[in-house]
Amino acid sequence: MNDGRSACIHDASVSGANHFRAATLALLSLLAMTLLPLVSDAGVLPEDRADLLYHRYDGGGVTIHGPSLLVRKTMAEKYSVSANYYMDMVTSASIDVQVSGASEYKEERNQYSLGFDYLRGKTTYSVGFTHSDEDDYKAKTASFNISQDLFGDLTTVTMGFSRGSDTVRRRDTITDRIDNNFSEPVERWSYRVGVSQILTRSTIMSLGLEVITDQGYLNNPYRSFRYVDPENDTQYKLATEIYPHTRTSNAVSLNARYFLPYRAAIHGSYRFFTDTWGIGANTFEVGYVHPLKATPWTFEASFRYYDQSRADFYSDLFPSIDYQNFMGRDKELSTFTSKSLHLGASYEFAKTGWRFVKRGTVNLYYDRMQFDYDDFRDARNRSLAAGTEPLYSFGANVFQCFVSVWF
Amino acid sequence: MDTTGISQQSLPSSSSRQEVTFVSSPLPSWQRTRASGLVRCGAAALALFALSACGNIEPWVKPYERQALADPIMSFDPNPVSSAYIDHVYEAREGARGALGSSGGGCGCN
Amino acid sequence: MAKVDPAMRSSSLTRLLRVTAFAALATVCSLVGASTTVAPDFTLPSRSGDSISLEQLKGQVVMLNFWASWCGPCRQEMPLLDQMHKRYSSLGFTLLGVNVEEDSAAAEKWLAQTPVTFPVLYDKDNKVSQLYQVDSMPSTVFIDRKGNVRYLHRGYKPGDEGEYLNQIRALLKE
Repeated sequence: MNDGRSACIHDASVSGANHFRAATLALLSLLAMTLLPLVSDAGVLPEDRADLLYHRYDGGGVTIHGPSLLVRKTMAEKYSVSANYYMDMVTSASIDVQVSGASEYKEERNQYSLGFDYLRGKTTYSVGFTHSDEDDYKAKTASFNISQDLFGDLTTVTMGFSRGSDTVRRRDTITDRIDNNFSEPVERWSYRVGVSQILTRSTIMSLGLEVITDQGYLNNPYRSFRYVDPENDTQYKLATEIYPHTRTSNAVSLNARYFLPYRAAIHGSYRFFTDTWGIGANTFEVGYVHPLKATPWTFEASFRYYDQSRADFYSDLFPSIDYQNFMGRDKELSTFTSKSLHLGASYEFAKTGWRFVKRGTVNLYYDRMQFDYDDFRDARNRSLAAGTEPLYSFGANVFQCFVSVWF
Repeated sequence: MDTTGISQQSLPSSSSRQEVTFVSSPLPSWQRTRASGLVRCGAAALALFALSACGNIEPWVKPYERQALADPIMSFDPNPVSSAYIDHVYEAREGARGALGSSGGGCGCN
Repeated sequence: MAKVDPAMRSSSLTRLLRVTAFAALATVCSLVGASTTVAPDFTLPSRSGDSISLEQLKGQVVMLNFWASWCGPCRQEMPLLDQMHKRYSSLGFTLLGVNVEEDSAAAEKWLAQTPVTFPVLYDKDNKVSQLYQVDSMPSTVFIDRKGNVRYLHRGYKPGDEGEYLNQIRALLKE
């Protein structure tokens, strides 16, 4: 909860010159890369494969499940085409839905992606398009990446740019129809740079940097913030969130993988995140992969720890409806930690090939996630005085079952 | 007791708002120059590209010593369909985003 | 709004162009290096149990192919190399597959599925790879009847086998 002071949160506006400079540099880099004479040895394109995944998330009153299909094929030894169809079937009675008084809702989201990779010398150029469709949110993204192998293939430098354009709609909770008077855009720009470096015969490390800028209607049209009821200070009232119109975030990550001599791998990663909304986050992950000798089985386990400090305009309970210019109560912007344990088992079939299949795996992954909030309270129990409710936390079970074939 | 859901509120009038003069979270100086930071990153990448053609740094891991690195268990992203899904699960529930995904390593052939 | 000093912008652009031009001029790498140097002699154990040395093959055209079972393009070209060996071995041509893996179990497993008729030698401690300065996987070296290295191919892309055949025929004619 905020103290007595009011705060005017600064809405950082995106300067057109910044975009221009970054885009100019990206274009120049692209030109420079095409001018660089071909070190005639070529790299390799990703392998041809097809994957079919069934995913299921259960937690916090939300169940989301559906398929994901990915197919990748090399054409003319220079191009690799990939296509992905992904679906989410959502049934949600999350705490936000319950607090807002709405009833459980069902929704379906379809996502289509198409990617092209072109290999020329030691450079891979990639273009990708993604279209996500649900009745109250449409998102389109186009991305471009360049990947270059250097220094005897020990170093790989990657640069990428994505441009996204979303349309936010709203479903009227009473008539259960899409509100035709509400349609807001969101524009997104993302710039990425990455370096991966082979350190020894058994070690590889990578460093990544990504800057993302959003502009437009950035809040959830169904979410509300709560403020103390002026007529009864043990109760609260709800109001539509007011968010800044821009957000710029910076993330830097470091990953490492090490090969253990008896044939196993350990990996670790760290990501540091900040943004113009005042959110600061740290992500740590460590994992272990163990192929069971002389069997087709491989097992893996990893642990992920995430902590986040809240956005400046976030509060679980505002003292009044006009306390600040920007106010939000999205728990994703609160102060919280999340811990996850991941377990996976993989079975390799068709090792010696079967018809056109070179290799195949059947995989089962399970993730157990735990979210613990430090400044988001469980406001469902109205008999408790506002602001004294217990802090919210929930656990989730995530299952993935997928088959992969390489051909 | 207010049990209904969202009440449509208009933006508060200036008379009831308390005006303040400070920015609640001043951006660190490096974040204010995020685009110039990006320009620097891009320049570093360009320099690396240019370096690749001039001079031959002897690779300390020879092409024939990459048996371990070529092993699928050493791949940063062996199952893209699964990693894309899990990244999405986290991004939808957490405030942080970006800087995921790495490429490189592998057999270094051709 | 950040303003970029025009003088600074044009000088950094000039620098960029200079660096790019220098890089363009500086590269000398070529796919096929043609040269004439004596092929270093070596002796390696073969799959069939006996030892093979380069010296004893003098008078024949020898093609050395450095490969590993974990290398995709290497696996891709093996059947084509086998065809070449079958076609020309009676005309004084020998193809030697030099496997560079420290642990040959994976290579044996792969060869059991995809057998080849040409001799496969094991260079477990990578002495021959170092001798021939192997800097790419796969690497193919053509040695003429006099024992000189004539052509070097780095990497493999489908279509390269056409060039291999031309060079084999050229060397056999000598």
